[in-house]
Amino acid sequence: MNLATKSSGWEARPVAVEARGLTRKFSGKTILDNISIAIAEGEFVALIGRSGSGKSTLLRAFADLDDDAEKDGQLWLPESSSVLFQDSRLLPWENVIRNVQLGLHLSPAELRQKARKALADVGLSEREQAWPNTLSGGEMQRAALARSLVREPKLLLADEPFGALDALTRIKMQELLQSLVKAHKPTVLLVTHDVDEALVLADRVLVMEDGRISHERHVDLPSPRRQSDARFEQLRAELLAALGVFSPNNQLQHAGDRP
Amino acid sequence: MESHSRIVSHALTTRWDAAYSEASPQLDYRRQKGASAKPRLTPMRLSSRGLLFGPVVLLVIWEIASLAGILSPRHLAAPSTALTTGWKLLLDGTLGPHLVASAQRAYVGLAVGVAIGLLLALVSGLTRIGEASIDGLVQIKRAVPTLALIPLAILWLGIGETMKIAVISLSVFIPVYINTHAALRGIDLRLVELARTVGLGRLEFVRRVALPGALPGFFTGLRLAVTTCWTSLVVLEQINTTKGIGYLMNRARDYGQTDIIVAGLVIYAVLGLVSDGLVRLWERKALSYRKVIGS
Repeated sequence: MNLATKSSGWEARPVAVEARGLTRKFSGKTILDNISIAIAEGEFVALIGRSGSGKSTLLRAFADLDDDAEKDGQLWLPESSSVLFQDSRLLPWENVIRNVQLGLHLSPAELRQKARKALADVGLSEREQAWPNTLSGGEMQRAALARSLVREPKLLLADEPFGALDALTRIKMQELLQSLVKAHKPTVLLVTHDVDEALVLADRVLVMEDGRISHERHVDLPSPRRQSDARFEQLRAELLAALGVFSPNNQLQHAGDRP
Repeated sequence: MESHSRIVSHALTTRWDAAYSEASPQLDYRRQKGASAKPRLTPMRLSSRGLLFGPVVLLVIWEIASLAGILSPRHLAAPSTALTTGWKLLLDGTLGPHLVASAQRAYVGLAVGVAIGLLLALVSGLTRIGEASIDGLVQIKRAVPTLALIPLAILWLGIGETMKIAVISLSVFIPVYINTHAALRGIDLRLVELARTVGLGRLEFVRRVALPGALPGFFTGLRLAVTTCWTSLVVLEQINTTKGIGYLMNRARDYGQTDIIVAGLVIYAVLGLVSDGLVRLWERKALSYRKVIGS
């Protein structure tokens, strides 16, 4: 099955990321099993799956963070990518703006101007001199987001970036990510365990199971996407079923079935 | 249930205090005492002045025992006598040169030892060939008490200042090496991954991630080193010296002047504590990023 050619108009765009027959084994155990996917330029793909399904391993393969794996298959990646981790991974001994600038090689004036712009984008202008451990969890993640986007990556790899945040902060961060992605237009691969997050943000949702992609769904919802829409709920039920979880609807049916 | 509703109705119509004291005298008692109903389990935090309690009690007992004649000055001088003697020695210019000589030995040895320890730790902590060549040797050196190397050091370097400084350096570099090396090896792998994803080069990684990450370990080593350098000094100043606090104390032993011996001990203690305090101050400044609001 060629996953890249499925409706929605994305197939018309050039491919930004492609994997063919991607296999990763760790001490003999197959974690990624012959995966082939293509992601179009500017497409937002969400990868969902249960723990241990291999979704983070796939992201780490794209981020070239899997030195200790037995590797097989082919992978094409854009020249610039950046990773947004679940823990913000700010250097505790450098202030926020220095963290944002980490790894950029520009003139000091340019560095300052770019980093300030990135911090303004995530609403952290006032905290640019702050030490990371004086920030709240949401602020840390915003600083990490600024650090990811300041280098204008072609590919943004986000590994459960909001998984450790409280529910309200998570919603705000999702909105922020959405607006920044709209502005910067990177290709995005978002790993998440949150079906709603995937449906709110992504153009396409892939479900992983046992190291394979078991299900694919183009999300054709109009924006703004509301979780109360009937179509949204239908897609959520479909994805939950693909994950092997009973959706609320299914549960109701089961309850009704009981004698 | 009934009593509860009674409290609530009172609280609504009268002042809280009145309502509580009327409803439950026991509750009011606790509130006034400010004590919790549950035991604390852990001791309350001790202020820094509280640490002086033990030493002050010891001094008082010691002074009383001396005054009462239980402690003869031939065995141990009274604290007040030692203090006056020390003060006199300081004023008549006897103490100054000895103090300078001791401090010089200790701090030159410390500086050399810290530099060596730091350098070896960096080479061993950041490169594989470095670790292969250095770490095993240092671990063996660590097992040998430094003072056991004095006979060899005397044969090689004589009995002068060079030997003393070399032995102090040898004892000092171990804690600096061990702690810095451990901190470098124990670097947070998540930050290493981050450094790779933002494309840091090796040098930049060392400068911005590895070294700052190892700084707390280095300071732990430095604090141990500062104490160690004074310990070695005490032993070394028994060998062929005409200057130094240790020499002063040795001579005082020959004449049975316990007041000078005690004064010397006090000087060692003060120098050690002050040095440690200075390192801690520097550490707090260098690691100021660790300060979290409210702590």
